[in-house]
Amino acid sequence: MLRYAIKRLLELIPTTFGILVLTFLLFHVVGGSPAEVILGKNATKESIAAFNHKYGYDRPLLVNFTDDKPVWDSQFLNFVGNLAKGDLGISTEYDEPVADILKRGVGPSLSLTVPILIVGTLVALSLALLCAAFRGRCMDKAVLVLSTVLMSVNYVVWVLAGQFILAYKLKLFPLWGYANAAYLVLPVVIGVFSSLGVDVRFFRTAILDEIYKPYVRTARAKGLSNAAVLVKHVLRNSLIPIVTYISLSIPYLFTGSLMLESFFGIPGLGNVSLNAIHSADMAVVRAVVVLGALLYQGVNLVTDLAYAWLDPRVRLG
Amino acid sequence: MRSLWHRLGLGGKICLAVIAAYFALAVFGEVQFRVAKARDVTPGYNVVRENCRYLPPLTRVAAADASSSAQFFLLGTDNLGRDVASRLVQGARIAFHVGIMTSLIAIPLGVLLGLLGGYFGGKADSFVVWLCATVASMPGLLFILAISMVVGQGILGIYLGIGLTTWVGVCRTIRAEVMKHKDRAYVQAARVLGYSHARIMFRHILPNVAHVILIQFSIRFPSAVATEVFISFLGIGVQGEPSWGVMINNARLRLWQGVWWEMTFVTAAIFILVLVFNHLADELRDLLDPALRNETR
Repeated sequence: MLRYAIKRLLELIPTTFGILVLTFLLFHVVGGSPAEVILGKNATKESIAAFNHKYGYDRPLLVNFTDDKPVWDSQFLNFVGNLAKGDLGISTEYDEPVADILKRGVGPSLSLTVPILIVGTLVALSLALLCAAFRGRCMDKAVLVLSTVLMSVNYVVWVLAGQFILAYKLKLFPLWGYANAAYLVLPVVIGVFSSLGVDVRFFRTAILDEIYKPYVRTARAKGLSNAAVLVKHVLRNSLIPIVTYISLSIPYLFTGSLMLESFFGIPGLGNVSLNAIHSADMAVVRAVVVLGALLYQGVNLVTDLAYAWLDPRVRLG
Repeated sequence: MRSLWHRLGLGGKICLAVIAAYFALAVFGEVQFRVAKARDVTPGYNVVRENCRYLPPLTRVAAADASSSAQFFLLGTDNLGRDVASRLVQGARIAFHVGIMTSLIAIPLGVLLGLLGGYFGGKADSFVVWLCATVASMPGLLFILAISMVVGQGILGIYLGIGLTTWVGVCRTIRAEVMKHKDRAYVQAARVLGYSHARIMFRHILPNVAHVILIQFSIRFPSAVATEVFISFLGIGVQGEPSWGVMINNARLRLWQGVWWEMTFVTAAIFILVLVFNHLADELRDLLDPALRNETR
């Protein structure tokens, strides 16, 4: 187990390096200095230079050989070093540390995304079990057709139609805001429906992959009811792909939902990121992208270690 | 390929017919776009009519004077009096552009890397796996938006954003498939005959894993279209042209006052195209995926 854990931890190094390089390439090399976008086309050379100096865009890209400052005083190494120190740069839009902005946004994002994940998983898993119990029959086919229909509705349409019909026309929910839990109900409902189709189909496949195996026949032969076989034997064994699938969405819990948050006025990270993209606030977008990617690595690591601990085939294979 | 058409069920055939109809509209839109550009006039779908704003569907407007002709708006007009039907056709044109262009970026990239990794193994494979893991850990939609933002708003940003992030799925499936094939007898025979690696990969293995490409294309296409709608809706994507996302954003403004047609027709157009593609992808996967086929036998 320790051997596997160390091996798996070492694997983090190249991917983390890859993430840093990719982010840096995108935001510093391709993107370059956002000075013109922020200051406008008519900015003077002096103001652009001052802007670049303030946000560090005047440093060499990879290694510093140009002036007498230390060799590591370059954009890439400063970016990595600051990230390690927890310094995510300064937002050009709000002129305050990005870390502070992100800290404020995590709470509201989680209050939206965690209920979506929990409710969505429970609903999708129940429907998938229903499908598996009635596989090949009308019930299964109906749910399957419905899932394909649900997953073909555009995300934008889910949000707009949900807000327009349920909140504006029928007045079932508050329209916009983040005052109390009632404001979260509609965004959660929309979030659940928008991912339901894909989830049900995935879970159904995962369950059906198990259902034809010999141990299921044994369980049925010893007289267990259909429901008991499904829940006690099949579901348990199909949990590996299902848990992996769910764990992959954990990083997105933190980064929040771009559209739901901005359309329902929830001050979470999705809202923050979308505003940052609109105002070309690179430091904020960069921070959310790189933290999201690192979080993904972390979650992946924990899931893999958990599997290795639970299932000896993983650590020995 | 001829046998594939016969093996498709009725549903799959209907889906293909619907896609062909959309494609015909898209080609028509492309011609309209090119002609207007070549003649340097405002294309029909962008003509602003001050006196025809918010006309409901099936409205006929009589000729104002002798020089103009009567106009018929099948699907109504929008906030600037532009014809919704011809803008929908342009939206189909842009959707096909996005679906095809992003596939032209993602599929060759994924296939090439998948072939190299799966065939050579070792260091090459470690590199491919590393590249896949790195790109796959980027936060999906936000990363695509960031690419669009950095490249500059417009359709090029969308092509690159979607194309450069979605090759991972293609690469992983091709790689897995190639690994199954590389020790089979026909590959060993080709190696004994002294063929080059490139020839074995592209002439021998690739045709045998080509079904994966078809399946991946049918899965990627609808999701690329949906992503483009989302990005353009946010105002970061297509500029100045009536993409479906731009149209939804435009239609949203007066929906609250009962102008339902633009929103309804755009939504339906996107929904139908994505739905038939999703269904076709399902049928193709059931037909062509050997793993599934062996299980049912």
